[in-house]
Parts: sequence; C-alpha cells; structure tokens
Amino acid sequence: MSKHQVTLQVNGKTVAAEVEARTLLIHFLREQLNLTGPHIGCDTSHCGACTVDLNGRSVKSCTLFAVQAGGGELLTIEGMAAPDGTLHALQEGFREMHGLQCGFCTPGMIMRGYRLLKENPNPSEDDIRFGIAGNLCRCTGYQNIVKAIQYAAAKLSGASVKEAAE
Amino acid sequence: MIPGSFAYHRPKSIAEAVALLADLGDQARPLAGGHSLIPMMKLRLAMPEHLVDLGRIAEIKGIRAEGGDIVIGAMTTQHELIVDAGLAGKLPILRETALAIADPQVRYVGTLGGNVANGDPGNDMPAVMLFLGATYHVAAKRGERRIAARDFYQGAYFTALEPGEMVTAIRIPVPPAGHGHAYEKLKRKIGDYATAAAAVILTLKQGRVATCSIGLTNVSETPLWAEEAAKIATGSTLDAATVKKAAAAAEAITSPAADNRGPAAYRKKMAGVMVARALARAQSRAA
Ligand SMILES: Cc1cc2nc3c(=O)[nH]c(=O)nc-3n(C[C@H](O)[C@H](O)[C@H](O)COP(=O)(O)OP(=O)(O)OC[C@H]3O[C@@H](n4cnc5c(N)ncnc54)[C@H](O)[C@@H]3O)c2cc1C
Ligand code: FES
Ligand code: FES
Repeated sequence: MSKHQVTLQVNGKTVAAEVEARTLLIHFLREQLNLTGPHIGCDTSHCGACTVDLNGRSVKSCTLFAVQAGGGELLTIEGMAAPDGTLHALQEGFREMHGLQCGFCTPGMIMRGYRLLKENPNPSEDDIRFGIAGNLCRCTGYQNIVKAIQYAAAKLSGASVKEAAE
Repeated sequence: MIPGSFAYHRPKSIAEAVALLADLGDQARPLAGGHSLIPMMKLRLAMPEHLVDLGRIAEIKGIRAEGGDIVIGAMTTQHELIVDAGLAGKLPILRETALAIADPQVRYVGTLGGNVANGDPGNDMPAVMLFLGATYHVAAKRGERRIAARDFYQGAYFTALEPGEMVTAIRIPVPPAGHGHAYEKLKRKIGDYATAAAAVILTLKQGRVATCSIGLTNVSETPLWAEEAAKIATGSTLDAATVKKAAAAAEAITSPAADNRGPAAYRKKMAGVMVARALARAQSRAA
C-alpha cells in the first residue's frame, strides 16, 4: 500500500490531503472532501454521473485515481453557482426546461454541458447529443436535457454579447 | 468497486520509467489513460502490485511529422487525435476511428499508446495500425526496438511486448494524397465495442482501385489485416460482384466469438457488411 500527499485546486480552493494510491477520485471527492454532488451510477465507467471537470476536460472521476489528479484544477457541481447562490446558466437551464426528474444524472450532465459549451458555445442539437453521449439518464428521455443545454448556450452567448458591448 | 492495493510511481522521463519497469519486473504495469486498466482493476480482474504512471512524461506526448511518416507519442489522447488539424488533412482515418471510440469523457483521457498496447481485440485502433503498416517504438532499460503492428498482436491480451518494455510512439507512413478512407463500426450503442468493424483506405486511378488496404476489428482474437479482400478489390471499379467477393474473402478470415452482441455467424456476416460499406464510402471520398 502506498500513501501520497496530493495538492489540487477544487472549486477554486487549494486542498491538500493524503490519499491511498488506490483511492478513486470519486471516493476522494465524496468521502474525504464531502463533495457528494458527483454521483456513482455504475461499476463499469459507462454512466457519467461522476463527471467532473479536470484541467479543462470532462472526466469520469470513477475511472481516475485521486493521486493522478495531484497538481490539477478541478471543478465539480458544487463550484458552479456563484458564491451568492446565483445559479450558473446551465443550472438555470435545467430548472427552466425541466431537464431533470430524479436528478441523479444531473450533476454529471451539467459538468459535461459546461465543458461542451466552452469548446462549442453554439452547438447544434446533434452536437449536444453527441457531446453528452457519455452521460446516461434513466428518466428524461434526454429531450429536455438538450433543451436545457440550448437554453444555457443562448443565455451565455447573450451575456457575452452584452459584456462585449459594454 | 475498489481496486486492490498497489504502489504508485510517477516517472518524469522514459529513462526513469523503463528503469522502474525493469526493477519492478512483471508485477508492474504501465498506467496510461487508465480507461481499460482501471475498470479491470475495479472488477479485480487486474491486480498489479505496482503502477507506473506515464502521464507526466512530456517526451511521449504530441504529434509530429518526420520524413514521410507521422509519429504520435504514446500518451497522445484520442481527443487530441480528433482536434489535430494536421492529422485531419493527412490521416483522416485516425480522426474517424477515434470518434467511433466510447464517449467524450473516455476520449479525453484514453491514449493511443494504451489503445494499441492493451491487446483487447475490441480496441478500435489496432486494426487501423495494422492496415496502415504502422510501427511501434518500444523502449526498455536494455535498449530500444521497433515492432511492426502486423507482428505485434498474438492473441487476446497477448502482444509482442515483453516485461519491462513500454510503447513510446506510434509511427505511421502517410498514405498518398487523394486517398479515400472509411472506418465502419457496427455497435449496439455509444460506448460499446464493435460487433464488427472494418477500416478501408484506397486510391483510385481512372475510376479503378489502384491501391487498397483493409483492416478488421473485434472479429477474431486479434485485429486482422484482410490482404486477400484488398487484393480482390484492387484493379476493379468496385462493381457489385467484386465487392461481394471481397466481403466474402474478409469474412473467411474472421473467427468471432458468440457474445451478447450476437452469435458468431452473425458477427462474421457483419464483418463482410462493414467491408462493403467501408469500400463504398472510401471510394466516394477518393480523388
Ligand atoms: C465506457 C468505455 C467504453 C470504451 N469503448 C471503447 C471502444 O469502443 N473502442 C476502443 O478502442 N476502446 C474503448 N474503450 C477503451 C479506451 O479507449 C481506453 O482508453 C484504451 O483502450 C486504453 O487506453 P488507456 O490510455 O486508457 O490505457 P490504460 O488503461 O492505461 O492501459 C491499457 C493497457 O495497456 C498498457 N499500456 C498502456 N500504455 C502503455 C504503453 N505506452 N506501453 C506499454 N503498455 C502500455 C497498460 O499497462 C494496460 O495493460 C472504452 C473504455 C470505456 C471506459
Ligand atoms: S460512476 Fe458511472 S461512469 Fe463513473
Ligand atoms: S433525471 Fe433521473 S437519471 Fe436523469
């Protein structure tokens, strides 16, 4: 057994902790940092409920060791809303467009949507469907998830147009 | 689903990595993207005592042109293959194949080196490496060697790599400009390995196939290079009768297992269907 000291940025804060080599990132987040937004929905790396953003990529935190994330920059669903509680455009989109039912897949969907919109701020419906193909939802049939991401895309691009005009 | 205990090592150079692999012997496994290895460790189907993480070795990342070849560092991710503009122009088959692998999260992390070194017949890149005539650069403490992709795959999870060796790069000869390409993969859903898949690259001269190469994924213990099928296609206009013969020749070399993707006879038949589709699409793309 080997233990390792890891230091990483989690939702903008520096976190230092000791982890066992075999500790998966999802268990580190949920059990050591009490960040229970990322969920565990499968044993086979298929469902995407555990998706977080690490160094500018969406990753399945159930399929990485915490020690691999050392030195990295991590964003989870807990870091999405502004400190005053104002929801991120994606969170607002999921609420407004009924993008969730049980909500189990939602943290993963939102984190995947976040990176998708960073890479492609104006995605087509097909781009969105292909882009969230690693996230399974057992409730919604996806239609409203697509609409929620479209809502966020529109809101985010509107906001940046406004900022640019100022 | 928690993997067994292991000791974690993170070398910064090839020299450090091969020294570790030599010292730790066959209880050590390289860790690349971990997206084949970690799922196996979670199921305790793999329980290595040591993992040598290749993730911080800068010299085995990136894509470069070298003479008439493209050399891709083993730790280059599938996502990086997809977004590289140079590759999209010279070797578009890699982009098309990478896009057929798993889902965005897996492609951000999974590497080309891991995909070709893994030895799982379900992996999509090995057949492509076979039919392009790629060579793997292999390093060990005792020195370097190169292994042709066509000599690399010996059985399911059984490759020409010896303990202590790691793949550092994949060297691919650039196919002629104007070639047509296609990777046709039949799968039940996104994130599934192929029921059967075929890769084709061909050039045309006055409407006839001048050169052709065909690879097959997941229809045998190893990826397959369908030489006879390509020979049949060469010289033809890819008329229906020739395509049927080529597809039959490809089917003849397959020996798929029955699994929940279907009975063996069905998967064999689908290999032929994928060859026919890939030939047609490659032809439509060739200049
Ligand atoms: C949900 C899901 C779906 C998937 N679907 C597909 C699919 O459709 N098609 C497909 O091709 N793949 C698929 N994969 C596998 C994925 O592409 C893997 O990333 C890939 O097979 C292995 O690459 P890796 O970098 O993750 O390697 P790892 O998992 O780190 O390593 C795999 C094996 O290769 C060895 N290895 C790795 N790098 C080297 C090296 N440089 N030298 C020597 N040995 C090395 C390791 O020791 C290990 O034994 C899927 C994975 C998941 C989780
Ligand atoms: S928990 Fe299902 S992919 Fe991570
Ligand atoms: S809302 Fe229930 S799984 Fe997606």
